[in-house]
Amino acid sequence: MIRGRAWKYGDNVNTDVLFPGKYTYTAKGRDEIASHALEDLDPAFASDVRVGDLIVGGRNFGCGSSREQAATCLVYSGVGAVVAESFARIFYRNAINNGLLVIVCPEAAQAIQGQEDVSVDLERRTIDCASGSFGFPPMSATVQEILEAGGLVEQVKRRLASTRLSD
Amino acid sequence: MSQQSPSTLSVGQKKEVSQDAQTFAQKALARAAGCESVEVGEVVDVRPDVVLSHDNTAAIREIWQQFGQELVVIPERLAITLDHAVPPPTTRHAQNHAEIRSFVQEQGIRHFFEVGRGICHQVLSEEALVLPGQTILGADSHTPHFGWLGAFGAGIGRSEVAALWATGELWLRVPESIRIVLEGELPKGVTAKDFALRIIGDWGADGGLYTSVEFSGSGIGVLSIDSRMALANMMAEFGAKSAYVPPDGKTRSYLEAGLERRAAREKDGGTAEEASPSVAESQLFPDDGAAYLATYRYSAFELEPTVSCPHTVDNVSPLSAVAGTAVQQAFIGTCTNGRLEDIAEAAEIVEGRQVAAGTRLLVIPASSLVLQEAMNRGYIQALVAAGAAIGTPGCGPCMGNHMGVPATGEVTISSANRNFRGRMGTTDAEIYLASPAVVAASAVAGRIADPRDVM
Ligand code: SF4
Repeated sequence: MIRGRAWKYGDNVNTDVLFPGKYTYTAKGRDEIASHALEDLDPAFASDVRVGDLIVGGRNFGCGSSREQAATCLVYSGVGAVVAESFARIFYRNAINNGLLVIVCPEAAQAIQGQEDVSVDLERRTIDCASGSFGFPPMSATVQEILEAGGLVEQVKRRLASTRLSD
Repeated sequence: MSQQSPSTLSVGQKKEVSQDAQTFAQKALARAAGCESVEVGEVVDVRPDVVLSHDNTAAIREIWQQFGQELVVIPERLAITLDHAVPPPTTRHAQNHAEIRSFVQEQGIRHFFEVGRGICHQVLSEEALVLPGQTILGADSHTPHFGWLGAFGAGIGRSEVAALWATGELWLRVPESIRIVLEGELPKGVTAKDFALRIIGDWGADGGLYTSVEFSGSGIGVLSIDSRMALANMMAEFGAKSAYVPPDGKTRSYLEAGLERRAAREKDGGTAEEASPSVAESQLFPDDGAAYLATYRYSAFELEPTVSCPHTVDNVSPLSAVAGTAVQQAFIGTCTNGRLEDIAEAAEIVEGRQVAAGTRLLVIPASSLVLQEAMNRGYIQALVAAGAAIGTPGCGPCMGNHMGVPATGEVTISSANRNFRGRMGTTDAEIYLASPAVVAASAVAGRIADPRDVM
């Protein structure tokens, strides 16, 4: 169960406002990366975000660059999940690969109000907010496998270990 | 989204669709996955022919080190270019490059391109490192660029590149495809960039989300190679996974020149032949009757100079609607529009004129080859005489690292591909996107201007 406040933004939230390009080759470590999260979109976010909070976006969330910090800055900020009407494909992969839960649910993305309390039940696959409860579809088997492994790096480590054993 | 309505649209021409007919994306991914055929929506493990990374290579190495390998399993398939912040603007950037060089050395990476050679997508194109029908996965969102030559190119994240270094393969979902047909020849002063902006304006920045965008029609065949690159490259801003332009004689002669260059470069270090199947043999074409999500048809003669306004690429207007907006900076460069054709157009427009007082013009060729040829032909001289500043081949200020970061409140008109808030390094600055011809005309006028008025 994920519980937190919602930080709500609009359509086409792009990777430049999630994590500015000028830091991508120099920012290192969780704290420095988290400190630039949403810098050009919502300057209050990095200091006020709490563990478990959710980001809510409209269509095409995460469009733009392939920079992985657009996803990891949210992970390092403690964000519990991102709910959106749709996601840009590289951001979606980056999020899953880093164990960040990304949920496509247009109804919830529209209904949730900024700063209200929201909870996500992964077992039941529902999102609850003041205006109701919304179901979301299961992830694909590939995506589920990566999330269950704890991200892509962990999944690859497991695969490499099993091939070494079978050699 | 713009107010313009698409020329014509026909969705899912069902009667023509045949069961076995395949899109380009299906054929390319079947090849990359080593299967006879693949279905749309199927998830397959692909083995890309080329894996691209750039200034982010040191960060990828850090992830890869967690796998405990001493050597990457596919050194011959890696292509690494230093381009995003070159020459390095700070000690931290210089340190980053130094780490990449030591990785390249210890791994014996042959396809490594130093500071000043140019932007990854341009350099790999010039070196013919990717051939028709092949698959390239890159830690860069503009990897659909390689659609210009009929290759399957898709952007991926850093962790995924690290996984590829360790295993040589990665899962991809076989995408649905959209077909875009262009008929006729573009009028003077109208470019492939205008066409790309029009497509994105008509259908939105997510209009091609997750799809393979497959171009066809007489208007595509007459486009130059430089224009095809601009078009395929811009499909990243349409949300596309990959793009495709059918290869033809122009494609083959461009790549054959590149293969010679590559052979010369590899003379000491290795064997170009081994990696160089005949260009013609590897081509892939979609079947007649393949199933497309939609077909969008455009007539070239209906297109006009088009501008994307702050702060999203799909906020598109006809040039006439924003002409007259004062600009402090004009930038020609990037993997989208920093090629010879682009610099030639700019030089033609500024020749015998001066950049307006209160405006600066920055020109950064996409590669050292482009720079050399632009000097040979006198374009650089004409631009410098008009007051332009010339930068080292590379990304320049495209993503706000250096060399052209705007001041707060300033307006830039740029030939790049993104105008997101803060993209060029300054939060409160406006970026308009346009063709190099529009950027050059605007530099001379000091405000957004129509190149057809001065051509
Ligand atoms: S020129 Fe701009 S868009 Fe192209 S690779 Fe460089 S930073 Fe990315």
